[in-house]
Amino acid sequence: MTKNKSISQGIDYPVIWLYASLVAIGILCIFMVEYREGVNVFSSFIGGKTNYSKQLFFAGFCVLVATFILLTDSKLFTAFANLMYVFGLLLMVATFVIGKNINGSKSWIPLAGGFNLQPAELCKIFTALALAKFLSRQEIDFSKLKYQLIGGAITLAPAVLSILQHELGLALVYTSFLIAMYREGLPAQILIIGSSFGALVIASLIIEPNTLLIALSVIAVFLIYIARRQAKRNKGVITIIFIAWLISAGTQRFVIPYIFNNVLECYQSTRIYSMVGKDYNCADNVKSMKKQQTGNEKAPRKPDDYNVRQSKIAIGSGGFTGKGFLKGTQTRGKYVPEQHTDFIFTSLGEAFGFLGCFFFLILYIALLFRIVRIAERQRSTFSRVYAYSVVSIFFFHIAVNVSMTIGLFPIVGIPLPLISYGGSSLLTFTILIFILLRLDADRQMVLR
Amino acid sequence: MSVFNQSRGRVIQIIIGAVFIVITAQLINLQIFSSQYKLAAENNAIYRKIIYPDRGIIFDRKKRALLENTISFDLVVTPAESKGTDTATLCAILGIDTAEYKKRMLDAIFKNTRVRPSIFEPLLTPDLYAKLTENMYKFPGFVLSERSVRTYPFNTAAQLLGYIAEVDTAYLRKNKHLGYEMGDYAGMSGLEKTYESVLMGQRGIKRFIRDNKSRIQGPYENGIFDTIPVAGRNLYTSIDVEVQQLAEQLLQNKIGSAVAINPQTGGIISMVSSPTYNPNVLTGNARRKNWGRMVMDTAKPMYNRAIKGQYPPGSTFKPLGALVALDQGLITSDYGIGCSGGYGACGGVYVRCEHSNAGHAANLRLALANSCNSYFSDVFRKALDNKKWGNPNQGYLKWKEYMNAFGLGRRLEVDLPSEDKANIPDTSVYNRFFGGARRWNSCSVLTLGIGQDKMTATPLQMANLMCIIANKGYYYPPHFVDSIENERIEDTSFLNKYRTKHTVTNISDRDYQAVNDGMHDVTVYGTASHIKIPGVEYCAKTGTAQNPHGKNHSLFVAFAPKDNPKIAVAVVVENGGYGSVAAGPIAGLIMEKFLNDTLSTAGKATAERITNMDLVPQAIKNWYTRKDAERAARLAKLALEEAAEKEEAEPNREAPKNNTEAILEQGSKPVGNKKDSTEKYKIKAALLISESKKKKMEGRRQ
Repeated sequence: MTKNKSISQGIDYPVIWLYASLVAIGILCIFMVEYREGVNVFSSFIGGKTNYSKQLFFAGFCVLVATFILLTDSKLFTAFANLMYVFGLLLMVATFVIGKNINGSKSWIPLAGGFNLQPAELCKIFTALALAKFLSRQEIDFSKLKYQLIGGAITLAPAVLSILQHELGLALVYTSFLIAMYREGLPAQILIIGSSFGALVIASLIIEPNTLLIALSVIAVFLIYIARRQAKRNKGVITIIFIAWLISAGTQRFVIPYIFNNVLECYQSTRIYSMVGKDYNCADNVKSMKKQQTGNEKAPRKPDDYNVRQSKIAIGSGGFTGKGFLKGTQTRGKYVPEQHTDFIFTSLGEAFGFLGCFFFLILYIALLFRIVRIAERQRSTFSRVYAYSVVSIFFFHIAVNVSMTIGLFPIVGIPLPLISYGGSSLLTFTILIFILLRLDADRQMVLR
Repeated sequence: MSVFNQSRGRVIQIIIGAVFIVITAQLINLQIFSSQYKLAAENNAIYRKIIYPDRGIIFDRKKRALLENTISFDLVVTPAESKGTDTATLCAILGIDTAEYKKRMLDAIFKNTRVRPSIFEPLLTPDLYAKLTENMYKFPGFVLSERSVRTYPFNTAAQLLGYIAEVDTAYLRKNKHLGYEMGDYAGMSGLEKTYESVLMGQRGIKRFIRDNKSRIQGPYENGIFDTIPVAGRNLYTSIDVEVQQLAEQLLQNKIGSAVAINPQTGGIISMVSSPTYNPNVLTGNARRKNWGRMVMDTAKPMYNRAIKGQYPPGSTFKPLGALVALDQGLITSDYGIGCSGGYGACGGVYVRCEHSNAGHAANLRLALANSCNSYFSDVFRKALDNKKWGNPNQGYLKWKEYMNAFGLGRRLEVDLPSEDKANIPDTSVYNRFFGGARRWNSCSVLTLGIGQDKMTATPLQMANLMCIIANKGYYYPPHFVDSIENERIEDTSFLNKYRTKHTVTNISDRDYQAVNDGMHDVTVYGTASHIKIPGVEYCAKTGTAQNPHGKNHSLFVAFAPKDNPKIAVAVVVENGGYGSVAAGPIAGLIMEKFLNDTLSTAGKATAERITNMDLVPQAIKNWYTRKDAERAARLAKLALEEAAEKEEAEPNREAPKNNTEAILEQGSKPVGNKKDSTEKYKIKAALLISESKKKKMEGRRQ
């Protein structure tokens, strides 16, 4: 065990520095949100009453956890991957029994000292490890459908549990494992079909159903025209095109309305519709109508895009150079709801403008690209899959969170990694990164 | 297998890069190319508080303030922020119902959009203000906004000073460049309107940062964008408040007007139009009600008869007729005619004269003193038939030129809005009337010579005419404002027209002296001989204008003292009969008050007598009686309805008698502990009915 000479040996310092600066920026952002004139900054930082001081404590705790992870043996993670995954799932199931209701989702387990733990957050780590463990098995050939399905099941299990906990945002995160799977040989067609499906969903929201049907038919006819040569040799092409057309039409006509009216909650449908600039009529929503009948909920309100509007106003008013540190009027006036958690990016956008945002995003890209590079230099499949999982999770969080604050994505409650206020989230991302660093430090040691 | 997929690491990097480029593009769009977010942010977070400056004060000639400013509060609402307001409490305090609340809210949104503050309840009473301040925390979106409000310590000169009112959309459209906003007040009539730009001052704006609940967080950028309000500048007028009050008092119960001008400056000492109103009723929150009532009033209390009333000048025109003839060399002051009670030289048109004794028109002085109609008809014909001008048509044009030079038939540009120019008809009018230029001559329009026919003049023009005669040939355009505090170039250029001496033709002093002597004789042994100013010799001319609609109008013009005149007066009393009966004493008392600063004992007695003289036409009185009766009936009906409603609720009570007598009975009885508004209505109705009955009886007696 020569590697125990020092914990710093083989550690990738750029990632550490990026991590540290992002956490620091995060605390600064929360400080900007909470700051009130005439408050003794030092004492309130120490006092533990304000969110930024709490975040500071969380960060301190994360340093401890990170050190602890760096001190462990990397074999531990491979050995316990499956066990931890099961443990994570059990925790999530446990929330249905002992869970605490925060902001309408019963996904928290109360801990001592007023802190709460969200198992769904931690489950990201366990899922990443379990997926890595599964894909690194010798007999796995990920181009085979059987293994693809198993891999998918591993990631989908916690996602389903999250949906049951009404945490749509967290559930969506698990789709990001597709990126890691893609790297490991998931056929590109799946991603292409997936993104076409996404385009179809958006199109059927924006475009009037009949118009879209005509457009789809035109596309189908056009494709048949292009593929007429192949069609002579192989009749199957036309059948495939026809089936694709049928599925698309069916989706836009029946599946999507069904999902919006029967599966999603009224507010979720409203948010998604408001993002594409449309109003959603909650009277169509079966769930909300049911609730109304039982009298559990007030009559559906008009679609409210207050959050996005205020968020866009705050960011947009920052201009090129921003209003300056602590000078953001929208931030000081608390116009953006949940600004210290999901909408933390707005405080940055308002105070430092486009330049600040751009620099900030560069930091993130640097972190992601650095991890991709780390991933590619791994000799073990386990480490590589895990590294890509980390990239996927980070990327998904960043892209979705920032996009939603600037109105490119419907509002789903997922935090901005390392920036948003919240102990669970900070701890999760810290553990994700430092397990990766531990694995990376040992990349020369073993071939798993 | 990982080896095969190595290129996919690159693909993933490209995907990440692409997503970030999309995000960056949207950031560029939001932060660099979209300006609306900056505006929206300012609308969100910056609260602009308008600091209203004090309006300028208007002083009289002895620096007494005709109006003052006091602080009043408006309840102002920003509809977008008023969510969560305790509507029930607010309505209870204001004494309105929820429907009214909603209506006002909609009005506010309609007028000023939901994000900008609008006045919800203007000019709160001190009582309301106290109640509201205690409860303001319950009403997010509402603020109490300070405003300075006019008060009028002397309760006088309402029509001259004018009133201020909230600007409306039409006003805003007309005065776009002046930067008014909804909720601002501006002068709507009188001096307040003419000198709006001077009086209004400059509004200041304070900017505050507020949070999402509209709580003020502190000044915006430490107040570097704030502007300080600049108080409006004061006006110093030539009005004498005591004379003004006296004149208003004297014209009580009459319809008419009085104007007094200082001929040496053109400064108007007093201008009254009766009926008038107390200017204080157009401030405070009863403004709208009172305004509506006065607009509907048949006697038009807001109508300034001194500049808009058109009266045939009657005999008061005679001095001018004489001047025209003297100037053209058609007569001399010794010219005389024999009048035996009328002018018959025109055949068809016979002008009667009040006098028939021999020699009452033996020369100009006598003719003026006795106001001989024949004499001035003759003189007028001479002017029109003057050979020099060829024909009567040309002669008339020349005569009209004189009239205009003396300020008749044209605006004098007094510094009040909407002055009327009255009427000296053009020849075209007569051509049309008689059917051709050759179809009329000096005989056709003969009564112009005694100030009748189609000619009219405003009281202001008559007073100005007196100024010209008093000054022997020049005048300063009549005006109120002598000077403006901290006068600026644009003010001076505006006031300069009042400081320029206007010379009227080049009639010789000798001719003027002849007319002045005649007018002096009027006061010595002529038609105004019973009107005296203690210690002052004055010149005057009475007038009795024929009124086709009723009793003759009583007119009186004068200036005093005889030498070196200090005041010129014109008084018109509608339906007042002879000039020396109603208008004369009023003019005399005005001059006495101005020159002697006080009234003699005899003067006081006369003042009392004139004040009590009631010359309001019966038609107008009837109108008031009818209005009162209607109102009483309405109140009675309301009371009955409420009583009926009550009856339905409490069927055991005795049925009310279904007529007004029953209400009268009930009203007169002491009311027990029934503290409902029905009783109030009943008593009020009963009082009004008895009042109107009394008036009717008085009317019959008259």
